[in-house]
Amino acid sequence: MEAAVFILSLVDCCALIFLAVYFVITLSDLECDYINARACCSKLNRWVVPELVGQALATVLMLVSLHWFVFLLNLPVATWNMYRVWKVPMGNMGVFDPTEIHNRGQLKSHMKESMIKLGFHLLCFFIYLYSMILALIND
Amino acid sequence: MSSTDFSSQNGAGGPPYANGPSQNPVALQPPGPGYMAHQTPYNPMQAKGPMPPGPGLYNSGPYQPIPPVSSNQALPGQPMLKRPPMGHQHSMTPPQSASPNPGSRIPPAHATPPPVSANNYQHAPAWQYGGTPPMGAPPSMGAPPPMAMPPLRPVGNHMTSSPSLATPQASSAEYRATPPVFHNAMQPLGPPTSLQGYTQQAAPHSYQPGMRAPYGGPPPSVRPTPPTTGPPMGNATPHLGPKTDGHMPTPGNGAQVPNSFDHLEMGPKMAGPLPPQQPGPPTRHVGLSYPSLPPGYQNTSAPPNAATMQHPVQPSTQPYSHPQPYQQPSAGPAQLSPSLSGLSLQSQTPEALRVVNLLQERNLLPLGPVTPPTPCLPQDLQKINCHPEVFRSTLTSIPQTQSLLNKAKLPLGLLLHPFKDLSQLPVVTSSTIVRCRSCRTYINPFVTFLDQRRWKCNLCYRVNDVPEEFMYNPVSRSYGEPHKRPEVQNATLEFIAPSEYMLRPPQPAVYLIVLDVSHNAVETGYLDVVCQSLLENINALPGDSRTKIGFITFDSTIHFYNLQEGLSQPQMLIVSDIEDIFLPTPDSLLVNLNECKELVQDLLRSLPQMFGKTMETQCALGPALQAAFKLLSATGGRVSVFQTQLPSLGVGALKSREDPNQRASAKDIQHLSPATDFYKKLALDCSGQQVAVDLFLLSSQYCDLASLGCISRYSAGSVYYYPSYHQQHNPAGVECFQKDLKRYLTRKIGFEAVMRIRCSKGLSIHTFHGNFFVRSTDLLSLPNVNPDAGFAVQMSIEENLVDMQSVSFQAALLYTSSKGERRIRVHTMCLPVVNSLSDIFAGADVQAITCLLASMAVDRSVTASLSDARDAMTNASIDSLTSFRTSVLTIQQPGLLAPACLRLFPLYILALLKQKAFRTGTSTRLDDRVFAMCQLKYQPLAYVMLMIHPALYRVDDLTDEGALNVSERTIPQPRVQQLSVEKLSRDGAFLMDAGSVIYLWIGRNCNPNFLTQVLGLPNYAAVPLNMNMLPELDTAESQRTRVFVGWLREQRPFFPILHVIRDESPLKASFLQNMIEDRTESALSYYEFLLHIQQQVSK
Repeated sequence: MEAAVFILSLVDCCALIFLAVYFVITLSDLECDYINARACCSKLNRWVVPELVGQALATVLMLVSLHWFVFLLNLPVATWNMYRVWKVPMGNMGVFDPTEIHNRGQLKSHMKESMIKLGFHLLCFFIYLYSMILALIND
Repeated sequence: MSSTDFSSQNGAGGPPYANGPSQNPVALQPPGPGYMAHQTPYNPMQAKGPMPPGPGLYNSGPYQPIPPVSSNQALPGQPMLKRPPMGHQHSMTPPQSASPNPGSRIPPAHATPPPVSANNYQHAPAWQYGGTPPMGAPPSMGAPPPMAMPPLRPVGNHMTSSPSLATPQASSAEYRATPPVFHNAMQPLGPPTSLQGYTQQAAPHSYQPGMRAPYGGPPPSVRPTPPTTGPPMGNATPHLGPKTDGHMPTPGNGAQVPNSFDHLEMGPKMAGPLPPQQPGPPTRHVGLSYPSLPPGYQNTSAPPNAATMQHPVQPSTQPYSHPQPYQQPSAGPAQLSPSLSGLSLQSQTPEALRVVNLLQERNLLPLGPVTPPTPCLPQDLQKINCHPEVFRSTLTSIPQTQSLLNKAKLPLGLLLHPFKDLSQLPVVTSSTIVRCRSCRTYINPFVTFLDQRRWKCNLCYRVNDVPEEFMYNPVSRSYGEPHKRPEVQNATLEFIAPSEYMLRPPQPAVYLIVLDVSHNAVETGYLDVVCQSLLENINALPGDSRTKIGFITFDSTIHFYNLQEGLSQPQMLIVSDIEDIFLPTPDSLLVNLNECKELVQDLLRSLPQMFGKTMETQCALGPALQAAFKLLSATGGRVSVFQTQLPSLGVGALKSREDPNQRASAKDIQHLSPATDFYKKLALDCSGQQVAVDLFLLSSQYCDLASLGCISRYSAGSVYYYPSYHQQHNPAGVECFQKDLKRYLTRKIGFEAVMRIRCSKGLSIHTFHGNFFVRSTDLLSLPNVNPDAGFAVQMSIEENLVDMQSVSFQAALLYTSSKGERRIRVHTMCLPVVNSLSDIFAGADVQAITCLLASMAVDRSVTASLSDARDAMTNASIDSLTSFRTSVLTIQQPGLLAPACLRLFPLYILALLKQKAFRTGTSTRLDDRVFAMCQLKYQPLAYVMLMIHPALYRVDDLTDEGALNVSERTIPQPRVQQLSVEKLSRDGAFLMDAGSVIYLWIGRNCNPNFLTQVLGLPNYAAVPLNMNMLPELDTAESQRTRVFVGWLREQRPFFPILHVIRDESPLKASFLQNMIEDRTESALSYYEFLLHIQQQVSK
């Protein structure tokens, strides 16, 4: 059972890593002017909710399997994701808004956020991997 | 170096050239006197003016000497230079004269301010200078010091060094051209020479013996001298005289005489003190021609030279060891040549940095309009720099590092008015447009020509080849003078773009009119006005034979008009399926205006009647806009939407969000951001298809402009708002609408435009303000561009600008004209880089700062809250004054101290806090507020400033004294009054110009003469409550008043309505709300606000 939880988490985490990499690549494309703001934002906005769900799933899995430490590690990220979606102003086209992204250094902060998440997911990946192996051995 | 010196001098005083000559002498002179000498050198400039009296002047007071300089300058320089830096304050009469010319540069000129400079010199107060004996005493000495100065400079201020460098280059170039040292005069040659050559040449110069090798550099200064020629003549000679003896240069001069400024310059620098050489003057004349040389050159070589030059010099400089002091002064007046700069700096700084105790000085407003500061660039560069109305920076001296900028607490940004109607615009037709190969910058006056075949980009510093075609100068029809091409002589010009600049064939002018015809709209009667205006101006619409036009009307359904050729009358097609809008006959809705003009006119004549009895109250704006987008998406073009109520049907329907009872009492203003993203999305779709939407909102109730405005904001349209519009009840509004519409329909227009703003390496743009869509980091997508649109950007300094003397900004606007021509309008601005806080403050442009802060505050109120935005503005003034107090002021005095250039800052901030957009505690309709915010963001600076701080004039005693003469009209120029009720006297009449509206307030005991002669009324009681016209009476008073009002109106594109008001008038309240220095129930008076700031500053 324990192993199953971590295998599932591992898969989820892999997806999140891919997503984070995708965010970073797309944002840097925008930075380099390979794509325009409109295309970039519509691409990214599509994945904001899946990311939120993925992160929430990982968090819930840890909660139900009573791994408090990992749960507490995941909780702030999941909360931030939800807060971010919630605070989008009515007139905006999503978390990433093409008319705002070039203003007030938003592009940079989005980039920084994506990099931090990438790092976090990588950390989680190894935690899950370790825990999974441990669980498999214990079984 | 020398060249720089010259330039700087020039900058400082009108006639820098005179200085030029002095430089040489200086070089010769031994470092010994060093410091003192330096001062002297500065004086020399001044001295030059007074030449003969020079010494005496010095004794009396260094500053005074300056004036003489200015006077000299005035003679020669005035015509050339605009800056008046030195002259102003100095009591010396001559200088003053000089100063007037330059007028623009207020800051540098005044000696008063710069405590800093004074410190450096040791003379505490700038004025004290006079006290400093060194100046006067060491005329000869003085000369040497200048030399020393230059070396120091490199270390110190960029400003100084840069100018010097720049000049040297030019000179160097010249030198090379003319093998003989002095030949420098040969300006034309100049371009090719490199810096090194320069120095070398210098060596050859007679100077060498006396001078140090490095000085060779100075010879460049030569230039300055020549330019000055005119005025300097007399002066120059004297300068030279003193030192000449020693200086070899003199002889050289003789040789050069014809051409050689260099000689002159040499003389001047050194000579500062020495007046004798008379020969000089003639040469100087030559010099004048010199300035005309390609500015580009100067820039280019400058940096390298500086480095090289300076180093060698430094040893000598060491004696000075006071380099810092110099540096400080230098900051302000980049213009001054290095050596001179010291002096000029001091003198200049004073004006910009003169400390003003705001709590004590009541009369802060200048007599005339507030003029922008002039960047401290070498004069020849400054002369061709972009006009401040087109391109303006908040800081005319760019800080070297971001941390320095942070310390100054002033925002760094640019304000642009790129498509402004210009009376003179050079247009270049060329098969190849020369651009930098790596950053794509257009060649401009601030690039450097390394030699005939290569130029160095001033933004990315890449070296590019000069194409073969560029070697030929079409203006002079000569070959081999790339630096004389119009591209390198004009900071603003337009190219006719070849086909590489087109993604598709240039689009025709396409206009689509979308009219609200619901009951509410018909009731206001606006249809008559629109149709009438269109009928009158149909032939004046910009366009060519391809121009297309179309009409859509909407209420709860969408009506299209088939205007195809061959129909006997327009055919109306109604689409009632607003959920899924489609075009009934896609081909015949948009027709060629010339071929179908009669049908169009028929339609315009019948439209107002067609809906006269409509009972439809619903309004489906969203679907109508979608239809318009579909109609235009194939071609692009302009959609003009006339809307009178909140859209209530279909996509984009809105609900009223305003609670009128909360207007005044609400703690924070809600609903400043859009309620839906529909309009934004549609605007982005439009932008992608080159469609711009202009919104005319004529409403009496809440229309949610915050949401509707998005359609224009992101499609680069414009918003016009006429509150309480009604044909009968608001005749003034109708007149205003009519006049605006005429301007709107007939003004120039550019289609499918993009604008790119480039800046020198190290600077980056991080925020944009205005109506457009930012497509990539520096590219603005502008489906339409009009001459009344302004833009602002905020910048940050990403890399330290340590080795740069100056930075450049270039805005390139690529558009399709209404005649189907693809054109590129390029504006380039060059600004000096400085490394001291005092220099940054000295270059602060208070109006630009205010406008940029206003735009930032609008953003802040939308993303955060209005109270946040208000706090941020107040803090901006507190922080900058605190920074000035702690970092720049050396002597702490009680009171609220501000540099003279920022003395209006707290006043403008207070005005912003009381502006419709940001005020609280007063009943302000949400739409009014949002509209004011839109205007702050996209109007050009000149109009925004009037909105923020209206101008008040007393008009019952207009005289022709000091009047302007424009095209045979005499326009009286009354003094601008403070915006305080205390200034209103009951026996006068006052005119308040608030940008979009003009009030004429009549005092109760107004001079009966004014009433009868101007208003044509027997007495005060006869003044009607609603009066919007000045009768055309045949009296001198009436004439003057009308000419004055007419002149004010001409200065802006849109027609400000005139309201004559008296005490009982309903508009009196809005008139009094503009009295921003007074206290209101909810806002502080100016004095209270100052006290608040002072409290915070001295914490």
